[in-house]
Amino acid sequence: MVDIGGARVIEVGTILPVKVFYLDRALLKAYADASGDQNPIHQNEEFALSVGLPNVIAHGMLTMALTGKYVSDWAGGSSAVKEFSARFVKPVIVPANEKVDLTVSATVVEIDGGRIKLDLSATSAGIKVLGMAKAVVTR
Amino acid sequence: MINPDSVGRTFTGADLVTVTQSEIDNFAAVIGENDTRVAPPTFSIRISLSQYENILTQPEIGVDWTRLVHGDQKFEIFRPIIAGDILRCSATIETLRVAAGNEIISVRSDLHNGPELVVSSWSTLVVRG
Repeated sequence: MVDIGGARVIEVGTILPVKVFYLDRALLKAYADASGDQNPIHQNEEFALSVGLPNVIAHGMLTMALTGKYVSDWAGGSSAVKEFSARFVKPVIVPANEKVDLTVSATVVEIDGGRIKLDLSATSAGIKVLGMAKAVVTR
Repeated sequence: MINPDSVGRTFTGADLVTVTQSEIDNFAAVIGENDTRVAPPTFSIRISLSQYENILTQPEIGVDWTRLVHGDQKFEIFRPIIAGDILRCSATIETLRVAAGNEIISVRSDLHNGPELVVSSWSTLVVRG
């Protein structure tokens, strides 16, 4: 059990509050520029359809970056994140002129001294997009 | 097909990458992070992915980058990246297998600032057949 200040105490099994991020084409373009990943499946609908995708899809690493933001917000900043892993099981589909959700939550699964291990859940339109998503943070 | 002789080899990036504050600021802005004193946890993918592309598309290895899908990703962060870090990147092709007509490559990236290991990461990359 870890006392995290105020009246809040976390223990194995504690479920952290849900946060919803919203993705649109502009965010995908911004992430492409910030990350250097200019693969056209994340920006060009015609290209995405031509390679058999249902529409433009978000970079898996954008989904992971946003999930990382959720983790670091809870843990008290980017410096607190020590390990972070995920499998990209389904794409986040981003149609033109729409905002789609990325809904993130987490469960505390292990506490070892100051290191806390989280199992993360990330869905979009109700579909699980990250599998085996885990983080280890210190706080 | 990927050259199987590349498995187990470690490739050191030709260039040292100097991390700038504006790169960190831009990456942080996309995810809504206001504190840019250190880079967000997944920032290093910017460096690793570009290096994977340089290495894996060399003719001797032969990955077709346009058919690539990212399967999974893991980071071990020994300390956060900060502006001014001068990172030397090495990439190791750990395994290569073929499943359902796709080639599946596991690559590991180690980023060092001088002698200090800053971030290790592992990526599974799938080349669609």
